[in-house]
Amino acid sequence: MTALVIAEHNGGEIAEATLSTVTAAAQLGGDVHVLVAGGDDAGAAAGAAAQIAGVAKVLRAVDAAYAHQLPENVAPLIVSLADSYDAILAPATTTGKNVMPRVAALLDVMQVSDIIAIESPTTFKRPIYAGNAIATVESSDSKRVITVRTTAFEKAEATGGSASVDEVSGPTGDGNSEFVKLDAVESDRPELTGAGIIVSGGRALKDGETFEQYITPLADKLGAAIGASRAAVDAGYVPNDYQVGQTGKIVAPEVYIAIGISGAIQHLAGMKDSKTIVAINKDPDAPIFQVADIGLVADLFNAVPELTEKL
Amino acid sequence: MKILVPVKRVIDYNVKPRVKADGSGVDLANVKMSMNPFCEIAVEEAIRLKEAGKAEEIIAVSIGPAKAQETLRTALAMGADRAILVETDQDVEPLAVAKILKAIAEEEDPGIVMLGKQAIDDDSNQTGQMLAALMGRPQGTFASKVQIDGDSVSVTREVDGGLETVKLDLPAVITTDLRLNEPRYASLPNIMKAKKKPLDTKTPDDYGVDVSPRLAMSNVSEPPVRQAGEMVEDVDALVAKLKALGVA
Repeated sequence: MTALVIAEHNGGEIAEATLSTVTAAAQLGGDVHVLVAGGDDAGAAAGAAAQIAGVAKVLRAVDAAYAHQLPENVAPLIVSLADSYDAILAPATTTGKNVMPRVAALLDVMQVSDIIAIESPTTFKRPIYAGNAIATVESSDSKRVITVRTTAFEKAEATGGSASVDEVSGPTGDGNSEFVKLDAVESDRPELTGAGIIVSGGRALKDGETFEQYITPLADKLGAAIGASRAAVDAGYVPNDYQVGQTGKIVAPEVYIAIGISGAIQHLAGMKDSKTIVAINKDPDAPIFQVADIGLVADLFNAVPELTEKL
Repeated sequence: MKILVPVKRVIDYNVKPRVKADGSGVDLANVKMSMNPFCEIAVEEAIRLKEAGKAEEIIAVSIGPAKAQETLRTALAMGADRAILVETDQDVEPLAVAKILKAIAEEEDPGIVMLGKQAIDDDSNQTGQMLAALMGRPQGTFASKVQIDGDSVSVTREVDGGLETVKLDLPAVITTDLRLNEPRYASLPNIMKAKKKPLDTKTPDDYGVDVSPRLAMSNVSEPPVRQAGEMVEDVDALVAKLKALGVA
């Protein structure tokens, strides 16, 4: 039983999502190997992967074709390595979700998406219906291709390991796709999926300016990441990578502060595993209060500035 | 160019699903069903490409029970030209769906297969990627913008850190994200007209695809219920609570 984790990285650093995936892979009970595929700059990331506690071996595949994790190029590489592995795992990030089903289909196996628990090496728990039900599924395939909900597994220690780094090479795809550009959202704030505290705003904020005016100072005060409901994103108050929910990001911070968010099913699916949920809403019947640990029925335009000042 | 648009009949997104007491699944008896919201966006995008003169024909496909016809009629009423229903009473997993779609794509030879990024029932987010793999074609997943330019297509994708643009050779598989467009409503005259549009009925056997599941679902349970919370009177009480939590 050996598991291969597909690392998510930016060349130099390994994404935290990978650390959670290593923990999940270790729970399968065998050796954990990590594949770092990338362009010329992937060396540093491979070095960082070798430091992760619990990793037995790092495979480094360097080729310009792997530089932007294009699934058309990376999937054939993973498939070429698959013979040696019983399970192949990646975090359920947009990168993992993009590549892994392609790998699964090429191997003719069903992927198990977004697992939240491992019952046995072939049996997993995963949420369905926007987290309104938890399914236990057993795979009868020869290999398991798995994406991991990172908020459901502790992060492995980023240091303390001393894995060997092996060079590997493999096919690089048919060249029928091309990376053009990445418009990254610049932010000094903690990353949403890794933040300890999240302040999130909804439609009640009225517009982008008001969102900024009320939510940002509170988030600054708490050193928190800023999130938003789908309504706030669709209305254009904030960019769409702020969205928390079934169709956005899944978060599980220590404290989630929902401001002017009613608590639709699709939003709750993205944040109801937060340790403590705080809700501020003027509607006492808002569904958010059914999941909130601490609720305050108040007009956010009075309560939020007061809160920011008193903290 | 033809566009193939697979659509799925799912529980309506406004309905709160109820887990059956025996743990065998979610209770779908007498529950309102609709077209998966991401599939609606895919249908809309296909229609817009046709309206822009980039596509000649839109074929909607659904794989599922006889009632999935209603979902196909909805797609036809929105503007699809014809429909194919692959009828089966079994729950079909993404891998088998992808295999059936591949067989249909071989017959129809579409320039683009436009799917939703995920179905809101199984939340798998796999079918489009699997189809692209089986067809050996490039994929543009989580698309928020699609621009056809000769024999290639530029797809702007919603990724975790922002927006990524990729250029794909056609034919290609594209999966839609929420902000790609705002799907139109089918007007009453169009709903009437849709009843006359062609709808072929097939079975998985017609395409030689085995739909038996690879994943056995042994149990479906309610998620853990959160402890009932506490309401506070005012901001001062909230501040005290937050401080007790170690926040600020």
